[in-house]
This record gives sequence, structure tokens and C-alpha cells, in this order.
Amino acid sequence: MISRIAYIASNTFREAVRDRVLYNLIAFALLLSGAAIFVGQISIDIERLVVVNLGLAAVSLFGVVIAIFIGIGLVSKEIEKRTLYTVLSRPVRRWEFIIGKFFGLAGTLVVNTSFMAIGVFAALLYVAHKFSRPDALIFIALYFIILEFLMICALALLFSSFSTPLLSAVFAFSLFVIGSFADDLRGFAELSHGFTHWVAAGAAYVIPNFSALNVISAVAHQQPVGAQLVLSNTLYALLYTTVALSGAVLIFERRNLK
Amino acid sequence: MAAIEILDIEKTYLVGFWRKRPKRALQPLRLTVEEGEVFGFLGPNGAGKTTTLKILMGLVFPTAGTARILGREWTDPAVKAQIGFLPEQPYFYDYLTGHELLDYFGQLSGVPASERKRRIEEVLSLVGLTDIKGLQLRKFSKGMLQRIGIAQAILHNPKLVFLDEPMSGLDPLGRHEVRDLIAQLKEEGKTVFFSTHILSDAEALCDRVAIIHKGELRGVGAVDDLTSSVAGKIEMIWQGTQIPASIKALGAECHVSGDNVRAVIADHQQDAAIDALRRERIRLISITPLRTSLETYFVEKLQHSQTTAGKRA
Repeated sequence: MISRIAYIASNTFREAVRDRVLYNLIAFALLLSGAAIFVGQISIDIERLVVVNLGLAAVSLFGVVIAIFIGIGLVSKEIEKRTLYTVLSRPVRRWEFIIGKFFGLAGTLVVNTSFMAIGVFAALLYVAHKFSRPDALIFIALYFIILEFLMICALALLFSSFSTPLLSAVFAFSLFVIGSFADDLRGFAELSHGFTHWVAAGAAYVIPNFSALNVISAVAHQQPVGAQLVLSNTLYALLYTTVALSGAVLIFERRNLK
Repeated sequence: MAAIEILDIEKTYLVGFWRKRPKRALQPLRLTVEEGEVFGFLGPNGAGKTTTLKILMGLVFPTAGTARILGREWTDPAVKAQIGFLPEQPYFYDYLTGHELLDYFGQLSGVPASERKRRIEEVLSLVGLTDIKGLQLRKFSKGMLQRIGIAQAILHNPKLVFLDEPMSGLDPLGRHEVRDLIAQLKEEGKTVFFSTHILSDAEALCDRVAIIHKGELRGVGAVDDLTSSVAGKIEMIWQGTQIPASIKALGAECHVSGDNVRAVIADHQQDAAIDALRRERIRLISITPLRTSLETYFVEKLQHSQTTAGKRA
């Protein structure tokens, strides 16, 4: 079972590499090195702040775009091209296929993020000439970004299991945007009353809370990130991912592959 | 033990955008295929052949009914380790090379790493694709894709092989090779279930065939029985273009074909016809009982079903 999931994940990763998905790293490197040189010339004393802010935001944005655009095609493309037929006619359960695909995409994003993180640190070294102790906080921000990717991968897979790629992309991207303002939605729920309160509170629980995972600004300002936040964000992201993946599996298990 | 038992499987799809209406793709189908048989599943396009195969592969869920494959429930994952499947017009991961694709499918089928390399070389040789090292599938021709499709279906040495239109996209040489391959699979004791609308392939290869039309089974039987001799007729072929009047007088239907004459005649007139040819000093080439072809049987079954449907309407 685990080996089959690993084979599917490894093939998904190979597909991403061969389809030149990691070429986005070139665009990222150009953007970041250009920004570092530019910022180095125009800012005084806030080079680090700008580079960390810009770098981590770019890591997040590039990753989200990749997660959505690969994730939405993971299942629907296999059905459309009928490559799935020869996989599912083997001793592969449908849930193993979904989980394998998820880990393949998650692996692609982790590798991608690792390369981009190297870029961020290189840009930081360029503008600050040395690393300082608070720079270690960048790892926490990167860890949260990866948790965010896991949730988006799972959501993209969920939509991909019942919808067309275009609609899946719209759903996933909308959820990403709304989820980035989830704290505001929670604040609104607390301030409202009656029916509006219940609707807003319900929506705040269903929508992924990406704003809790965004510590980019805090890290850029060298503010500490508490261990409790790390733990709660980890549990939240894993739970949300598991629920979204379970939904994808439940839908896919019942789907006729015409 | 039967290799395949299809027990009243049926499939109804809901079609339409707003008002979904049921469309029956498969009437309750009951069919048994014995172990070691080459079984042809025949029918025109849209008859329900692919739907049946997809149900057996677990790709589509039946509306009702069940099936047993190699003595187990068809949904049992253990069954899938013992079956191979070639879909119609197969399409594979085009970023992989032929070797990588087979290696991946071998992994998923549980073929041990130590055996995989040897099996890959074996099956590639069997389907005539030994010279494809490093070539990605996106550069394969349609015929090559069909061959790699057959290779992946037999890679894990399955007991039962399902082939959906295996000759599709192949040139005459390729078709001949696939025919040989199916014959070889039979020799190895494997059961082969293949769908086709090319009747000459079925006639040449199958022990038994089933005919399906508009989702309904129209007939099942051994090819020899279905193509049994037409009652009371023989076919005579003799050299030359001469048709003696005495043979015509026997009521023979004669046609000149090249340097020979082909005559169909009632079998009780056989001796009289031979005597007539002797008298005329004509050289007789062959006398054979006239057999109906599978194609004739197939067309009759389809026409019969259309007539029945017309009467019902």
C-alpha cells in the first residue's frame, strides 16, 4: 500500500519536473536578485526588512500558483487523457491514487520552496553581508508557507475530483484569497449578532485560515513566533488537509470514469 | 473454474444537463468465459463493449448486477494483480520513456525489482519494440502506442488479459503480430477476453464469441458452431472457365473467378456434378461443405434484432 502511494507520488513529481514546472525558479531568481540589487541601492537600514518581505511573499505566491495549477489537473487530466485507466486496472485503490498524487505535488512544492528559500537567503546575504540570529525565524515563515501549500494542494485535489480544471482553479484561487482574510472574517463574526453572526462564524470555520499562517511581516520585523502558534498552525493545517483529502477520496471513490 | 462470470450486470447513465433522463448503456448481461479461452466480444461501435470492460476493470460502477473474475469478486484488489488490461486507443504518460512506463506499471502491479528489468525486455521484444531506448512516449506513433499498451497489459504475467480493440491503429503487419501474440497467450494457458468489431480477427483467433448490440447480448457460442455448414450445400472449385450445361441443369450457382469456377450446389447433387466434370475432362480442385462466415452470422443477428425492435415499436 505505502509502496504504491510512493510510486504514484514519485511519478507525479517526475511529471512536474519533466513538464518544466521548476522553471518558475528561474523567474523567481531573476525577480529576487533584481529586487535585492534595486533595494540595496535605494533603501537605508531597511534592506533586510524589504528583502525578507518581498522574498517570502514571492515564495508564497509562486508556490500557491503552482499548487493550484498543477493540483487542479492532477485528477481531471488523468481522466480526460485516460491515463488513469491503466493505473486503476492494477491493484491500486482509488484512495491510494489520490494520496499518491497529493504527496507527489506536495514533494514538488517542498523542493521548489527549498530552492526559493536558498534564493531568499542569498539575497539577504547580498544586502546585509551577514546572517544574524533573527534570520532563523525565516525558517518558521517558510514552514508555515509549506503548510499553506499542503492545504491548497488538498483543496485543489478536492475540486479536481468533481469539477472541470477551470472551475477548480476559480474555486481554489477564490478560497486562497478569502482565506488570506480569514482573521477579518472572524473579527466580523465576533462583532455581528443573530443570523449574520452564525453565517459569518460558520464561514470562518469552513474557509481555510491562511492569515494565521502568514507570519511574513512579523519575521521581517524580527518579532518572535511563539511555539504555541507553531503547534496550533501545524495541527490546524494537518487537520484541514486531511478533511479536504478525505472529501476528495469520498467523491473520487464514487465517480464513474467515462 | 470460470475465468469471468458476468452476472446480470447492467448500466444506466443519466444524460442531459437540466432534466436528467436515464439512458441504458447495458441491458442485464450474463456471460461466462472459461479459463484458457480466447473469447471475442463483438459488436458495432457504441454497442456496449467498452462499458462492459470498464465495469469489469472497476472504472465504471454498474447500476445492478455483479461479476466474478478468477473466482473472486471483481472489485477485489487481489484480482487486479492477475489481470492485464489494454484500453481502447490507449494514451499513456507521454513524458515517460517506454522503459520508464513499463517500470512504473510493473511497480504498481507488484513485480519485484529483480524481475522487472527482465520482464520489460521480454515484453518489449514480444511486441517488437526493442529499439526504443530513451524515446519518450510523446514521440511514439499510434501503432507504437498500441504495442506498448499490449506490453503493459502482459508485463506482470497475468492469468487473464482484457484487450479493448487491440488491432486498432495497427498496420497489417502489426495486426498479424498481435494475432500471433494472442495465439501465444492462449498457448501459455492464459485467458484472453478481447473486444473487436473486426470479425476476421475474431474468427481467426477466438474459441467462442459473444455478440452485443445496443447494450443487449444477441448471441454467444463457439466460433465453429456459429460458422457451421450451411444445411445441404457444398462448394466446388474447378480449373478453367468452362461451365458445363449439365452442371447448370443441377441448379448450381456458378461464378468464374480468374482461371477457376466456383459453384455452390446441393450436397445430394455432388456425385452427379463430379460425373459431369469427369465427362467434360475438367480438373476438380476442391469440394468443401459451405460454411457461413462469422460476418454472415453477425449481420443476421444484428438484422434480426433491428427487425424485432421494429416490430416492438
